[in-house]
Amino acid sequence: MPEEFKLITKNLDQPGFTPDIGCYQRHGGYEALRKALSTAARDLPDGKKQSPQEVIRDEVLKSGLRGRGGAGFSAGLKWSFVDRRSGKPIYLICNADESEPGTFKDRQILHRDPHQLIEGMIISCWANDVKLAYIYIRGEMPIAARRLNQALAEARAAGFLGKNILGTGYDLEIHVHRGAGAYICGEETGLIESLEGKRPYPRIKPPYFPAVLGLYLCPTIVNNVETLCHVRHIVTLGGAEYAKLGTPNNTGTRIVSLSGDVQRPGYYEIEVGKVTLGELIQHPNFGGGLRPGRQLKAIIPGGSSSKVLKAGEKFQLKRKGPDGQMTSVETALLDLPYDFDSLQQAGTMSGSSAIIVLDDSRSMVATLGNLSEFYAHESCGQCTPCREGALWMEKALHRLNHGEGRKSDADYLLHIAQNIQGRTICAFGEAASWPVLSFVKKFRDEFESKGAADESARAANPARPQH
Amino acid sequence: MSNVATTAPAPAAPPPVEKLKIKVDGREIEVPKLMPDWQGRLQPTTMLQACQIAGAEVPHYCYHPKLPVAGNCRMCLVEFGTPMMGPDRKPVLNPDGTPKIAKSVLPYEPGTPRGAIACATPISPGMEIYPGSAATQQMREAVLESLLINHPLDCPICDQAGECKLQEYSVEHGQANSRFVETKVHKPKAVDLGPRIVLDDERCILCTRCIRFSRDIAGDDALGIVNRGSYNTIAAWKEGAFDNNYTLNTVDLCPVGALTSRDFRFKMRVWFLKETRSVCTSCSTGCNITIGSREDVIHRYEPRDNDAVNAAWMCDAGRLNYKWVGRPDRLKEVRRRNADGTSDRIPWETAIREITARLSNAVSGSVAVVASARQTTEELHLLKKLANRFGAITDSVPRTGEADRLLVSADRNPNSNGARLTGIAYTEMGIRLPEIAEGIRSGSIRTLVVFGEDVTQHGIGADLLARLETLVVSDILPNPTTAAAHYLLPGCAHAEKRGTYINGKGRLQRFLKAVEPHGDARPEWEFLRELVTAVTAQAVPATLEGLFNEMSDGIPAFGGVRWAGIGDLGVNVTI
Repeated sequence: MPEEFKLITKNLDQPGFTPDIGCYQRHGGYEALRKALSTAARDLPDGKKQSPQEVIRDEVLKSGLRGRGGAGFSAGLKWSFVDRRSGKPIYLICNADESEPGTFKDRQILHRDPHQLIEGMIISCWANDVKLAYIYIRGEMPIAARRLNQALAEARAAGFLGKNILGTGYDLEIHVHRGAGAYICGEETGLIESLEGKRPYPRIKPPYFPAVLGLYLCPTIVNNVETLCHVRHIVTLGGAEYAKLGTPNNTGTRIVSLSGDVQRPGYYEIEVGKVTLGELIQHPNFGGGLRPGRQLKAIIPGGSSSKVLKAGEKFQLKRKGPDGQMTSVETALLDLPYDFDSLQQAGTMSGSSAIIVLDDSRSMVATLGNLSEFYAHESCGQCTPCREGALWMEKALHRLNHGEGRKSDADYLLHIAQNIQGRTICAFGEAASWPVLSFVKKFRDEFESKGAADESARAANPARPQH
Repeated sequence: MSNVATTAPAPAAPPPVEKLKIKVDGREIEVPKLMPDWQGRLQPTTMLQACQIAGAEVPHYCYHPKLPVAGNCRMCLVEFGTPMMGPDRKPVLNPDGTPKIAKSVLPYEPGTPRGAIACATPISPGMEIYPGSAATQQMREAVLESLLINHPLDCPICDQAGECKLQEYSVEHGQANSRFVETKVHKPKAVDLGPRIVLDDERCILCTRCIRFSRDIAGDDALGIVNRGSYNTIAAWKEGAFDNNYTLNTVDLCPVGALTSRDFRFKMRVWFLKETRSVCTSCSTGCNITIGSREDVIHRYEPRDNDAVNAAWMCDAGRLNYKWVGRPDRLKEVRRRNADGTSDRIPWETAIREITARLSNAVSGSVAVVASARQTTEELHLLKKLANRFGAITDSVPRTGEADRLLVSADRNPNSNGARLTGIAYTEMGIRLPEIAEGIRSGSIRTLVVFGEDVTQHGIGADLLARLETLVVSDILPNPTTAAAHYLLPGCAHAEKRGTYINGKGRLQRFLKAVEPHGDARPEWEFLRELVTAVTAQAVPATLEGLFNEMSDGIPAFGGVRWAGIGDLGVNVTI
C-alpha cells in the first residue's frame, strides 16, 4: 500500500512540535551535527587518506542525493566541482526563494522546523570549509524569515553557530537575506547577483559557474532548503543506508506539493519512485481522487514550468531487466513512478515536485493564459528571446482568451516558444516556453477550436475590430 | 628633451603562441589558444574571436571588444559541434579516420540544434563552428524578430538610420515580414538622461553597452535598468544625472537610435556626412577622431579606435569642441595696418613680399617668434627655420588644466612635444616669454612673429606690442594681438589642413583635411614655406609630404619615419 515516508517532515508533522531549539533537541536535533564534527579521518584502500570533511562529502556523494530545487542534479557532484584551490573563501547559500507556482514544500520546513535546515547547513558548511553562509529567502515569506532569524539566534546561543562551534575551533556565521519578490531570484546566479545587491540578472555560464565564480566571484555552493535538510539525515544514516531509500539513482525521500483538482491537496513526503503519479492523485493516503463526477484532463507534474502530461498518455520507459539489459516498458501516465528519471523519460520533469492536477472542468487555453501571465511578469528581461517572447506569448494568449483569437494562434504560439527554449542565459527560457509548447502540442484541438470560434464570431459581426 | 634614437637591446623573443586547430564553416584554421579580453588580459579565445580570424561575420549587439562581456542580446548565437568522445574518453573516429563531431543539441530535444553565444564561449581543440549554417541563421532571425516586435520602426525620423545595427542586420539576417499582431509596448520618449544625452526608450534593445561603459570604463555607475521583462527601461539613477565627461561615448556605443546626442540630434542624416580621419586638439592626449562634415560644415566628431592612444573613446569636452571652426568672426582676410590705425585687405603675394622685405632688414637678435603648441609640427619646423635665420628667441605658450583618470591630460596643447622636438619651445614651455617681453621693452627686439596665440594674455601686453617695428600675426579668431598686427595672416583650423601632432606620450599622429578654409585663409605651412623660401633663399619642399620627410631627417628622435609610414594610427617617437 502506497504511503508516506516521513524523514524531513517527521517532526514537523507531529502534534505539539514547535520550531524552537528546545523542542528540536528533544527530538534528537543537532545530534547529526555532533556526529559530523566528530567524524574521524578515513584511510582509503588505495592508501590515500580522507579528511573528516572529505568523509562527509563522500557520504553525500554515495547517498545519491539529488537537488530538490528543480534540476535534480547530484548534490555530491555539485560539491565536488567547488574550486578549493583558489585561496578564496567558499560560500554556501541556501536557496529558500521557493516560488515555482504549485510548490509549497520548503515553506513547511522554514515555518515549522527551521533548526533542521540550520543543522543541515552547518554540516554542509563544515564539510565544505565554508565560514560564511546565507539563507536567501523569498520576500513573500516574512514569518519564515522571522523564525529563521530566531532559530539562528538560538543556535548561536547554544554554541552550534558562531565562533568555535562545539569546541572544535570551527567558525561559521549564517545570515538571512530577504528577497524583494522576484521569481528569477530563485535562479542560482540571479540569486547571487541579488545577494550582492544588484539586479538579479542571471549570469552567463561560462564563465560564471558558481562553483568557481559565484558570490563575490568566489567559489559558491547553492543548495535548496530540502536538499540541505537531507544532508542531516545522510549523516545520521550514513550515505549507503540513505541510498537504500527510494529507488536506484532516485534515492531518498521527497516532499511532493499536490494541488489543483484533488480532494486532499497538500504536501506528502514519499520515497522517491516508490509511489506512482496515479497513487499520488487517487490514493486516500494522498490526493484522495478527483472531485465527484470529474475526469482527469492533465497533470503538470513538476511545478508550473514542467511540460504538461495529458490524461491517457503512454510512455516508453527504459528499465534495466534482470539480465542487465535495458528494455523499453510501456507505462501509462498514472503508472509513472514519481521520480526524477521516469518523468524525464516521459518528456517532462519532476522539477520542484509540485503536482498540479487539472480535471475536465478546466480550459487549457485559460490555464496556459494564467501561466503565461506569470512568466511574462517574472521574466527579468535581460536576454532578448525571453524578454520579448514571454510577453508576446502572454499577449497572444490574452487575445485568445478574450474573444480575439485566430485558428493560426496555435502555430503562432509554438513558433514563439520554440525561439525561446535553449537560447537564453538561464533556464527561465525553458520555464516560460515549455508550458506553451506542451499545452499547445497536446491540446492543439482546444486552442484551434477556440481560435476558430473567435474567427467565426468576428466574421458574423464585421463591425468588431479585426486582427 | 629630444634624444638621439638609440638601438635598444633586442627584446627577448616572445614565447611561442599556443595555437588550437578548429573549423569555421568547414574551413580549418589555427587560432591562438589565448587572446586579449576587453582589458587586454589574455583569456581563452572565444568563438567570436576565432570567427573574426576566419573572416566569418558573427553579428552581435551587446558584445563590444572594449567592454565586459554581457551575453544578453543572443544575436551571436552560433551552431557548433565538438569532437565526440567515447566511453574511454578517446575521440570517436569516422570511417575515414577524421574525428566524429557531435553537434550541440538541446539536451531535452536531441533533434534541435543548441546554439552557444560566440561572444562568451571559449573554443576547444577540434571544435567546429557553423556561423553560416541554416540553424545559426534561424537563431539570428528569431532574435531579430524579437528585437523588432516592440521597436517603433521609426527609421525615417531616427538619427541612427544609416549607421544602425538593427537596420543592417535586419537587411542581412532578418525576415521581411513580421508575424506580430499584438499591441506594442510603449516606453518613454525623449528622456533627458543627462545634459548631453537624450534617450528614446522604445528604440532601446537593452544591450546594456551604455551601462557597462559608464560603470566599467568611465567609473560612473549612473545608469541602470528599471522595471521588469519587456518593460525594462534604461534610466539614470536620477533624471538628468548622467553627467560625466564621457557620456557621449554611449551614443557611439548604442547600436540603435536609443541614445542620441543632444548636440547632433535631428541635425544631419549620417549618409550625407563625409568622414575624415583626424585628431582631437583639446589636450595633449590626441584622441583619434573622425570628423563628420557636409559641404564644409562640421557636424560632429566621433572617436576613432586607436589602442595606443584612446582605445575607442573620447571625452565630451573634446568632442563638442568643434563649433569655433565655423564661427562667423573667423579671420578671413590678409590685412596690413596703416600708420593711422586703419587697415587694408591685401593679396597674399603683397603680404609675403613686404614681410620678406622687412625681415631681410632685421639684424640678428632683433627678432622673436612666439609659436603655438596648437600648430602642426610642420608649421613649427618652418617657424624654427625662420627663427634660425635671425638667431631669434622662440617659445610657445603653456596651457594646462586638470587631468582625469581616463583620457584628459593636464597639458591642454595638442602638440607640446612637437614644439619641443622642433626646438621652438623648451621642456618648461613659456619660460622665455618674459625674456621676449623684456627684449621688446628694452628695444633690442624690434620684430615679433606670433602664430596662434594671444600674447597679450601671456605678459606681452598691447603697450609692448605698440613698441614693435614689425608685428606679424597669424591666427584663426580675432583677439587683442591680431588687432595690433602690422600684417595679419588668416590661418586654418586643423580640420582645414593636413599635418601632424606629437601627443603627450610621444605618439606622432597625422590628420587630414575635412573642410575648406574660410575666405583668404590658407594652411599656415603653405605661406610659411613661401616666407621661409623668400627670407632664407633656401629651397623648401613644396608638398606637405616632402616637408614632413625633410623635418624627419633633421630630428633624430623621429627615427627617420616618412609621412607615408605614419599611417592612420601614428607612430611613437622618442621624447
